[in-house]
Amino acid sequence: MNLGLRDLTHNLGRFIVTCLGIGLLLGVVEGMVGIYRGLVDDSLALSRGAGADLWVVEDQRQGPFAEVSRLPRDIRDGIARISGVSDAGAVTYQSVQAIAGGLRLRLFVVGYEPGRLGGPPILIAGRPIEQSHYEIVLDQSAQLPLGATVRLGRHDFTVVGLTRRQVSAAGDAGAYITLLDGQVLQFEMEPPAARNAVARGEPPADTNTINAVVARLEAGGDVAAVAGAIRRWKHLEVLTQDEQEALLSKAFIDKVRKQIGLFATLLVIVATVIIALIVYTMTLDKVREIATLKLIGAPDRVIVGMIVQQSLALGILGFVFGTAYVNVIAPYFPRRVVLLTSDASALAGVTVLACLAASALAVRYALRVDPGRALAG
Amino acid sequence: MPATPLVKLRNVTKRYGSGQSQVTALDSVSLQVMPGEVVGLLGPSGSGKTTLLNVIGCIAEPSSGWMMLDGDIVYDSRWVMKDLRRLRREKIGFIFQTHNLLPFLDATENVMIALHLNGVKTDDARKRAKALLDYLEAGHRGDAMPGELSGGEAQRVAIARALANTPRVILADEPTAALDSERAAIVMGLLRKVAREQQAAVLVVSHDDKIFALFDRVFRLRDGKLTEEQVMLAGR
Repeated sequence: MNLGLRDLTHNLGRFIVTCLGIGLLLGVVEGMVGIYRGLVDDSLALSRGAGADLWVVEDQRQGPFAEVSRLPRDIRDGIARISGVSDAGAVTYQSVQAIAGGLRLRLFVVGYEPGRLGGPPILIAGRPIEQSHYEIVLDQSAQLPLGATVRLGRHDFTVVGLTRRQVSAAGDAGAYITLLDGQVLQFEMEPPAARNAVARGEPPADTNTINAVVARLEAGGDVAAVAGAIRRWKHLEVLTQDEQEALLSKAFIDKVRKQIGLFATLLVIVATVIIALIVYTMTLDKVREIATLKLIGAPDRVIVGMIVQQSLALGILGFVFGTAYVNVIAPYFPRRVVLLTSDASALAGVTVLACLAASALAVRYALRVDPGRALAG
Repeated sequence: MPATPLVKLRNVTKRYGSGQSQVTALDSVSLQVMPGEVVGLLGPSGSGKTTLLNVIGCIAEPSSGWMMLDGDIVYDSRWVMKDLRRLRREKIGFIFQTHNLLPFLDATENVMIALHLNGVKTDDARKRAKALLDYLEAGHRGDAMPGELSGGEAQRVAIARALANTPRVILADEPTAALDSERAAIVMGLLRKVAREQQAAVLVVSHDDKIFALFDRVFRLRDGKLTEEQVMLAGR
C-alpha cells in the first residue's frame, strides 16, 4: 500500500495543479537549455555550412566571424594552387538590414562564388544562383517565399532558392548572393560618400576584396601541413574548421552559456525551494496522520517513504508536464530550440535529486512529530 | 497457576520540565492489569490519565520506576526495550477519542495498514480486515472513506485497526466521548468481548459516567497519584 500516492490521489486536484506549476518552471529550464543548444547549433551553422577544412583570413586576425578580415580576392587563386588543396572559394560575410515586402529584415549575407566552396550547403526549394547579379538564396527562417523581392543596399534581389538552418550566431537568417554582389554590398560606398572621398583626394576604394578564403583539402590531406604552408608562404592566418568552431564557441557562446546556465540553475533552485515548501506544507497538514502512524508502530522508513514519494511524484509529474509543454511550444519560439533527449534525461536526474533534497526539511519535521499528538483530543 | 499480569507498573513517576517549573504528572503509580480485564482510568482534567496511557503505550518515557508489558520488562529506570515502535505494533492497540483514521484510505485499508506494518501480505491483510469489520458490524462500510462514515462507524473501524494484530494490551483514550449512550455501550461491549476472547488487557481513559459499570476495575487519579482502586460490578 503506497501511502504517499494514496494521499496525493486523495487530494488529486490540488496535486495536479501543483504539478502544473512545477512543470511550468521545469519547462522553462528545459526551454532555456534548448535555446542554448539552438544557439550553439546556429552559431556554428554557417561555418559548417561552408564545407571547409581551412579558413584563410587576414594575417594576425581571427576572422571572418570573430574579427574583421580583409583580403585581396586573388588570394583565392594562390590558395587553390597549394598542394593538397582540392577546392577553394572566396567569401564575404556581413549583417545587413534588408527590406522585404515593406518590412525591415535582418539578414546575415554571404557572398560566394557560385560553383565554388562557400555557398548554401543544401537547397530545400528553388534553384541555386545562376545569374551574376541580384539573385539570392535565403534561409527558410526569413519566411520569404520563392520569387519574393529583397532590397539589399541599393539593389533588389529575387529569392530563387531556399536553404535551411543557415543562420548567424545572432539568429539572423542566412542570405547567399554572388561574391560580386557581396563585394558591392560590403565595400562599395554610397555615391555621395564616394564623391566626397574623391573630392578630399582619396584614391578610389578597392572593392575587389573578400573576407576569407575557404578551402577544402584533397582526400586524406594533412590539415596541419597545408595550414603551415599557407602561413609560411602566404603570410596569412589559417584556421582549421575545428579551430573556427572553437573560436566561435568561445567568442559567441561562452557568455551566453554562462548566463543561461546561471538562469537554469536559479530556476532549478527555485523549483527545489517550491517543492520543499509544498512538501513541507503537505507534511504539516498530516501531522495527526503521521503521529497516528507512529503510534500504531509505523517505522520511520514508512513515514520517510511517504514524504519522499510525494516529493518525487510532484517533481516527476511536473517534469513530464514541463517536457510535454515545452515540446509543444518550442516550434513557436522566435529562436531555434533544440530539445535533446540527453538534456531532458539530465534534467530528470536533477529533478529527482532536487526532490530528494526538497523532502529533507519535511522528513526532518515528520521524524520529530510526537506520536502522543495522536492522542490529543 | 495464577495468570501473569499483562500490564504491571511499579512506582512509575513522570515529570515534565526542570527546576521550579517542574511538574510531576505521575507520582509513584503502581498498578497491574490482568488478561481479559477491562480497566477504567478516571480522574479530572490534568490528573495524569493521558500521561499514564502514554507511558503504558511507550510513547512517553517515565522519569523513574519499572514497567512490564506482556511478560517483558520494558522500562527499568530506562527503556530496556529499544524498538518501542515494534513493541507498539505487535503488542499494543490504540483507540482514540477522535478515531484518527487515515483520511486517504478507505475503512478496509485503514485496518489493513496496521497489518501491513506487521508484514502481513496484502491479500491476507484484506481478508483479516474484512473479517474484523464484519465482527464489529462495519463490514458493509469497508469501501467508505473516513469522511463518509458516521461517528460510531468510524470508531468501530478504529477499533478494528487497534485489534488487527491481536494486541495483548489495548489502550483507549475516551473512546466513547463522541458517541451517544447507545453507541457508547456498544463500543464498550465490543471492548469487553475482545478482552475476554483474546485475553487482552484493556485500559480505558474516560470521563463518561454512563460506562463506569462496564469496567471490571476502575483506577482513580488525582494530581498524578493513584488515589483509589475500585472493583466494579462487572468485575465481580
